[in-house]
Parts: sequence; structure tokens; C-alpha cells
Amino acid sequence: MTKKTIKVDYLARVEGEGGLYIKMKDDAVVDVKLKIFEPPRFFEGLLRGRDFKEAPDITARICGICPVAYQMSAVHAMENALGVSVDGPLRELRRLLYCGEWIESHTLHIYMLHAPDFLGYQSAIHMAKDHKGIVERGLKLKKAGNQIVSLLGGREIHPVNVRVGGFYKVFNKQEFEPLIESLKWAREAALETVRWAAQFPFPEFEQDYEFVALHHPEEYPFNEGRIVSNRGLDIDCSEYEDHFQETHVEHSNALHSGLKERGAYFVGPMARYSLNFDQLSPIAQEAALEAGLQKECRNPFKSIIIRSIEVLYACDEALRILQSYEKPERPYIEVEPAEGIGFSCTEAPRGILYHHYRLDEQGKILDAKIVPPTSQNQKTIEDDLWKFVPKHIHLSQEDLTWQCEQAIRNYDPCISCATHFLKLDIEHS
Amino acid sequence: MARKLKPKVAVWKFASCDGCQLSLLDCEDELLAVSQEIEIAHFPEASREVIKGPYDLSLVEGSITTPHDAERIHKIRRSSKSLITIGACATAGGIQALRNFKDVNEFVSIVYATPEYIDTLQKSTPISEHIKVDFELRGCPIDKMQLVEVISAFINGRKPNTPAHSTCIECKRRGTVCVMVAQGKMCMGPVTHAGCGALCPTYNRGCYGCFGPQETTNAGSLSSQLKRMGADDEEIVRTFRGFNAYAEPFRKESELHDKENH
Repeated sequence: MTKKTIKVDYLARVEGEGGLYIKMKDDAVVDVKLKIFEPPRFFEGLLRGRDFKEAPDITARICGICPVAYQMSAVHAMENALGVSVDGPLRELRRLLYCGEWIESHTLHIYMLHAPDFLGYQSAIHMAKDHKGIVERGLKLKKAGNQIVSLLGGREIHPVNVRVGGFYKVFNKQEFEPLIESLKWAREAALETVRWAAQFPFPEFEQDYEFVALHHPEEYPFNEGRIVSNRGLDIDCSEYEDHFQETHVEHSNALHSGLKERGAYFVGPMARYSLNFDQLSPIAQEAALEAGLQKECRNPFKSIIIRSIEVLYACDEALRILQSYEKPERPYIEVEPAEGIGFSCTEAPRGILYHHYRLDEQGKILDAKIVPPTSQNQKTIEDDLWKFVPKHIHLSQEDLTWQCEQAIRNYDPCISCATHFLKLDIEHS
Repeated sequence: MARKLKPKVAVWKFASCDGCQLSLLDCEDELLAVSQEIEIAHFPEASREVIKGPYDLSLVEGSITTPHDAERIHKIRRSSKSLITIGACATAGGIQALRNFKDVNEFVSIVYATPEYIDTLQKSTPISEHIKVDFELRGCPIDKMQLVEVISAFINGRKPNTPAHSTCIECKRRGTVCVMVAQGKMCMGPVTHAGCGALCPTYNRGCYGCFGPQETTNAGSLSSQLKRMGADDEEIVRTFRGFNAYAEPFRKESELHDKENH
């Protein structure tokens, strides 16, 4: 009998602090733990007593990589609680801001965190020694996304321009013009990225996942839609907690999330793509099919191609929005505080991000519940490793460890996000 | 002539959102050039490679919130010639320092599914409460060009050029009309450290203090002004208790207005 362990004390090229522990006995896996030791920050606790208008700025600080996602889920949940609906050009501007974040966040992952695995480099900086042009293309593409966020949002990280009801400031059509030029280049670069990523060597690893994503009949989902799955789930955001539950396991400072009836599920680009292929714009659909993908993809290693397709879509969608943009009459709709309960789910780069708030009559937050995408994927990541390791047991310890890390990076896990949600319920008696 | 050895730089993370270290990767135009001048020896968010210390420069993000981290920061200090903290978490405890104002007894009745799995300190504290820090770069998040300036100053052995005056000065320089005087909006600009370029007022809103207190802060005067504008004590407490709530001038001012303290 031989015993073997794979241990990664500190996972690299993920956002936040986590480790991996796999135990094997006679080539069979007996334990897999994605360890999350990122210290908790108790956001749900510290939101209590804050004004509803502060939620977008405070929750943005949960994640420096996807602050827009937190701001979008927060404002939609508050508007839901207070009976306000934001549409027309303000709604379009919110989609535009999200396009910027998807481009920036996905490109960071594609070029700097994930591609080095496929090409055998420790980092994108190492990769740049042999593939300078490619890394430069990635950085410039990432910048095109950041340019949207920093113009419309004020800065790339923790933008300042988002408020409940709309924005603090809106721009003239002419002020957006510099973005159009850079996005036209970016759309081409994204297409090249799809072709580049499609040539990587992918292990055979088709899995039978339950995909969960937002679905909207007329558009690829950002801020609105029903929560659907490929196994018949079809619910409004307000029903989320009836169907999903979180459990606390010892080896993780992030709660594991599961479907009450069926357990682990999959959120993120591959779920979004597989549930919304028909909503992609023609250029993105064509690029996907040309890259050899079907309308559904079940190999998480290929998520790098899907992210590239979503970058292409986001560039295309941002251009559509900018070309038909008319400046809104007012930057925001006035929102008055009131007692209420609000729910929202939006599509963060890494998958659905759920916010739920309860407000008192002055608009003060009584309770908050936030479920980020990475905590929803934790169980699925571990399930992947249970299945992946036995198939690749012949590899050297070093190679197998690296491939296990890669299997985790398939999910672009954001551990900083996932860890801040340990329930902190303060009982006032 | 042999090129001199590149300085070894390490990036470390404590309780934080990752945004400040991401600022380095957000330097799309400068990143490859910067990586020519320094050896990135430890930066897990970007690289699997780990080069052993000692390091010439450590950049530290995040606040201290666990017993384990309170020990880890000392090891990092011992292996670093220079140590610079980046961002509001590392310099002031961050938004997670809001816990520092809660009554201890309130925390007794915290309900976790399994509280014994969690190891956390009562307070979230800045790095400088634990070790000697050579320079503190402010901001939530930091400004990426200030980060490039700090790294470049370090390489060249000079003092970083990061002005410590208030955000008000930045508004005046930009020619932004004062949002507090002209539009009656609450603004923390008069007490907040410069660094963002007075972003919020150019986006039609008051400053909310991302860069923490400026040098020689007159927080009391701002509170009086906010009161004249109609703010009650609760609102003043919330204003000072943001992303730099535990920085001393903001902490003291909020405590003066916090009824729970009286």
C-alpha cells in the first residue's frame, strides 16, 4: 500500500489566499480539500446600520478585481427594495460599465493567470520573455476594459460614479469617443485571443455539471434575468434562498454553497455561455463555432476559450451601446428611503453574485446577505479534483501538482470575495 | 560593465480585497518596463515562482486580523530590508476595522454555523501597530501611478513624491468648483489626504475619504460644518467611519459623536 499527498500551501495566480490538499491511497483519492484561509472580514455584519446609499461603495471593497459586480448587485437589490426601476440610457450605461469589468477581469485571467499554465510558464512576466507581443496584446486588451471603467466609473478599482438610482455624473456622446477607437481595436484583439486560446492543449475532461446562470430572453445576461439551470431550475432572484443553501466546513473560511435538492453546481463563464449561447451577438457565436466549441461546453479547462469569447462579446456589446448612446436627461432617479426587502443577482465575471438586504423606514440596513460566485463553485472545484487526479496519477508529483493547480485556476477563483461572508449574526436582545 | 543586481521585490497579502496589489498588474503600460528593473521574487497573485528571501523591498497589502497573521508579519519584516505598506487596510485597518468599534459583548452572541472553526482577532489593525514600516502609501485603492512612483523612488534611493496635503488642494489645482460650498454636498476633502486627484468632486459627489486623514487634520472643524449643513451625530459617525475609520484623527472624531461611547 502506498500513500501519497499533493500539497500546495499557497495557491498562486488566484485572487486571495488558499491552499490545496489531496490525499491518495493506492492511486485512489481519499481526500480533497480546497483550503481557504483568507481571513474573514465580516461584511454582512459591518453593513448593518449603514445607509442604503452606502452599500455600493462598501460592498465594492469586497473585491478589488470585480468591484463593479458588487456595485451592480447592491444597487439593483436596493432599487428592488425601494420599488425603483432604472431603464433607458442609464440601464445601458450600467451594461457598459459591466462590459468594461468583464474585459478587464477576464483578460487578466486569460493572459496573466491561466495561459501561463498551458504554455508552461510560472507567470505572464516569464511568458513575456518568449511571447512579448502576445503579453503586450493582453495588457492592451485589459487596458481597453479598464478605460471604460475609469472613464465611466472614475477609476479602475472601486469606481466612484455608481449610485442607487443611476450615476453621479453622465457623459456626452463626444466624451465617449476615445473609447470607440480603442474598443474597435480590442474587438479584433479579442477575436485573435479566441483563436490563440483555442489552440492550447486541453485534457479530455468533460463533466456532467448543473450549470446555473442568469437568463434574459433578449440579451446576454449582466444585470437582469431569471436564475436558470440545465436541470430545470427557473426562478426569480427573490426565490434564491428557497433553492440554495450555504454550509460551513472546517477547512474553508468561505461558506460552501449548494442546491438544496441536488448539491454542487457550476457558475461562471462556462455556465453562462452554455445557457445563453443564443443571446450572444453574431460575431461571438461565429468565433465560438470557428474555435471548435459546441453551443454547450463541459470541459472546464476550455473555460479560457469561453472567457475569450465573452471578452469579444463585451467589446462588441460596448461598441453597440456607445454607438447608439444618447445622454440621459438626468444622471440618476431620485430614490427615497423606505422600509423594504430587496434581492438581486447579477453576473460577475466569475458567475452569479447574489445580494439580499432588509431596510428600515429610514433606509438603514438591518440585514445583508451576499453570496459571491467563488463560494458557489468551491464544491464543484473539489469534485473536479476527485475525478481529475486518478486519471493523471501517472504524472510526476511536480506535474500532477501543477495540473491540479490549473484545474483550480479553471474557475478563476476569487478567494478574497468568497471569504468575506462568514455569517456574522449579532443578536440584539 | 556588469549590470548591478536587480532589487528583489516581494508582495504580501493580509486581510484585504486584493485591489492594491492588482494596481501593479493594472499598470498595463508600465508593467513590463518595471519588471525589467526589479526582480519579482514573491508575488503569488501573479506568479507560481517563489524566490527565497531576504528581499530588498516588501510591499504589504491588508490588515492584521488573525493570530497567525500577527506572527507572519514579523517574519516578513525580518526578511525585508525595506517594507512599504500599500492601501487603507495596511495603513489604517481598512473597512474591516469597523468591527473595532463594536462592543465586545455584542460579539459574544455571534452566531456562526460553527464558530470554533474561525480564528479571528477582536480588532483589525494596521501593519504599523505590529512592526516598523518604512513608508505608507495611502488609498482605497492606492493610485497606481503613486505606486510606480514609490517603487521608482525606492530603486533610485530617494524619497517618494506623494504630497500629504488635503484633497481640497487637488480640487483647487484641477479647477473643480467646491461641491460643499456651491452645491451643499457633504465632502471629506478638507480632512482627506491627497492622492486620488480629487476624483469624487469631479464626478459631482463629495469626497468620502479613501486616502485617510491628511497631515494635521482638523476633523472637528469639518464636523461643525457638517452639522451646520444638517447632519446629525449618527451621520457624522458614519462619515468618519469608512475605509479609514481606525486612523487616529478619524477614529477620535467619530468617537466624540458616537452615543454608544457616552
